[in-house]
Amino acid sequence: MIPQQLFNVQSFTIMKNRLSILVLAAVLGISPALYARLNVVVTTPDLAAIAREIGGAHVEITTLARPAEDPHFVDAKPNFIVKLNKADVIIEGGAELEIGWLPALLDQARNSKLAAGAPGHISCNEGIHLLEVPSTLDRSKGDIHAAGNPHYLIDPLNAKIVAAHLADSFCKLDAAACATYQANLKAFTASIDAKLNGWLQALAPFKGQRIVSYHNSWPYFSERFGVKIDLFMEPKPGIPPTPTHLGEVIQTMKSEKIRVIFVEPFLNRRTAETVARNTGAVVLDVSQFPGGVKNTDGGYVQLLDQLVSSLAKALGGQAR
Amino acid sequence: MKLKIFVGLSSALWWSLLPAPAQETGEVELIRKQLQQANDAFQKAIDEHRKIIDALNKRLETIQPAQGRAGVPPPTPVTSAVPPVAAPSPQPQAWSPSQPISLGKAGSAYMNISFDTLLDAGWSTARDPAAQLNLGDHDPNQRGFTLPNAEIALDGAVDPYFKGFANIVLKLDSQNESSIELEEAFLQSSSLPANLQLKAGQFFAAFGRQNPQHPHQWAFVDSPLILARAFGPEGLRNVGGQLSWLMPLPFFSELSLGVFNGEGATAHSFRNPGEAGRVHGRETLDRTPRGPGDLLFTPRWSTSFDLTDQQTLLAGASAAFGPNDTASHATTQIYGADVYWKWKPARAHGGFPFVSWQTEGLYRRFEAGADAAAAPALPRETLRDYGFYSQVLWGFKTRWVAGLRGEYVDGNNGAFDAEDVFRGQRTRLSPDLTWYPSEFSKLRLQYNYDQGKSFGTDHSVWLQVEFLLGAHGAHKF
Repeated sequence: MIPQQLFNVQSFTIMKNRLSILVLAAVLGISPALYARLNVVVTTPDLAAIAREIGGAHVEITTLARPAEDPHFVDAKPNFIVKLNKADVIIEGGAELEIGWLPALLDQARNSKLAAGAPGHISCNEGIHLLEVPSTLDRSKGDIHAAGNPHYLIDPLNAKIVAAHLADSFCKLDAAACATYQANLKAFTASIDAKLNGWLQALAPFKGQRIVSYHNSWPYFSERFGVKIDLFMEPKPGIPPTPTHLGEVIQTMKSEKIRVIFVEPFLNRRTAETVARNTGAVVLDVSQFPGGVKNTDGGYVQLLDQLVSSLAKALGGQAR
Repeated sequence: MKLKIFVGLSSALWWSLLPAPAQETGEVELIRKQLQQANDAFQKAIDEHRKIIDALNKRLETIQPAQGRAGVPPPTPVTSAVPPVAAPSPQPQAWSPSQPISLGKAGSAYMNISFDTLLDAGWSTARDPAAQLNLGDHDPNQRGFTLPNAEIALDGAVDPYFKGFANIVLKLDSQNESSIELEEAFLQSSSLPANLQLKAGQFFAAFGRQNPQHPHQWAFVDSPLILARAFGPEGLRNVGGQLSWLMPLPFFSELSLGVFNGEGATAHSFRNPGEAGRVHGRETLDRTPRGPGDLLFTPRWSTSFDLTDQQTLLAGASAAFGPNDTASHATTQIYGADVYWKWKPARAHGGFPFVSWQTEGLYRRFEAGADAAAAPALPRETLRDYGFYSQVLWGFKTRWVAGLRGEYVDGNNGAFDAEDVFRGQRTRLSPDLTWYPSEFSKLRLQYNYDQGKSFGTDHSVWLQVEFLLGAHGAHKF
């Protein structure tokens, strides 16, 4: 506690001046170098969760897409321009995930720190081995991603790569706190390593089992955990389900006794429920974004915990 | 196959050396599982190592030019503590800032290139819809078929300082003659200080909401009446520059000032010599600017608020000031206000469902000079025109949008009004329904109920088809 008499008139005036400078600075939008906290804007909540782990108290994080929102179709709201204008760093998933909205925002943000190629523009797909890179670009095959499937972060090993990438980038931008970033990286990597084995074992009994998903957003999860998520309610990526196609899906599910349907929060649950009713399958609410479904607000590890345990439970239920 | 067996055996050997719990339980099932896992792990490790070798090779190629730069930090290896049991944990490929990873074809082009075509088909009770009903240049212009807009759009980064945009429009007139126009060609700064942004070239003036939009972004097949009246068939676009300032506030607030030549048909209400040398019946002088004050100025202020997480409001006020060609000192002032509101639920899929509301109101004051030689002789007078449109869109289902637009335009009485299609009271009501098979195509059906003082009542039905090829830049909100 500061003794009352220390709070004399002189220091009070200084305080007042300082305060007015601060207020002025805030009004003018100049971020005063009070504490060197990096102002980080992140496109999606999964990347934000990892950025939070690595940045800790040294970063201030703003997430643009909400956890239950379709990351491909976020509105380019003008207020996002303001957030990007004030940011030191933009973290994006890349691989065309945000292609429909982020470029328009960055064009208007008037912030050269976030220019493509600048240290403040972090594309997390760099260094990730992307799956499903099309050999030919042909939109008759549906809404394909030219760079490959952008939903890579659901593989915990990719999460580790992204975490290392972020720690490196934060170090470049804020060398003073580099040791903290590297320590946080170590802790995050350790937390994944501590869990990975358990996750793998939990799903090991279901190796090769097929799961139906609305959209093809799970190839990285399939590859890591050995389940097959290769039957989709969309006939082609981005093309809404047709009765004919759903009929075929139901047929396949019946003949192969597929019992689990993945539905992400922003996808049409009713279609999945209809298919489930016809096949006796279970609709499993899943999300790749912390906070997208219940009990996942805690961050990336909790998200994976929830995903793996609910999937194991749903797949295990069929044995009975 | 032999290799696989060998791999399997060797991994089994490796496994048997480990004090695995499986040995204690002695279950064949578990061992088999572990054998399989070990097999997979080995296979994966080989794959991963191949990837690492590839990456290193690539790095070796790129390291030569990078060598000159000092202070490039060494690559940070991604340490992954390998779990001892059931360990399919390949070494993730190390990422390093000095190593740009090529993504194959994606993002390798210097710019977005797209080609977008709008085709209209329909019928109207008016014999020649383009003469009176649909004054916009990209509106359906005749009974039967119209191809009013085939547009090549280019955009990309010029260098670290500028982005470049170009729109080249091809269209067919009612005689099936092609015409080509350089609709837009401008550069935009990306790194000016103090929240400023500069635009220069030929571009749509930032006036209101719809004027700067291209026809394929419109929610209806035709342009709003008041916009066609104030800005002419082609919208307000000209050669010039624009400086805009994002105000340093916690919410979006932008001020901009455009300065243009304000000349020709794309500056309809300004120094426009007019069709056949006449505007509102007056013979025009081809004025040249006497001073900078004779240029066209377009100030605008816009602001936006997120009313809730799911509702966004964008509002703006615009103006345009400049001389016109009907007399040597005649000027024109146009004022406008616009509002756009959109609701989209948190769990929208592919952007649906949504509801949006867009309204613009404009007022134009046009000083028309006297023309004694005209028949009948036209006095000096001030023409005042005003009008608004208001439209609601409801994306009721994924890829389906229903829309309703209501419009009203009117003005004071002018001496030339009887023959002037750009003046007089008029009302239009247009419901439409749009289906987007994908993001790159659409089908739209629209009905227009048209009622005007000079022509009575007309009905039109239009079907519009759009297709878009290539990569098209993202749109603003």
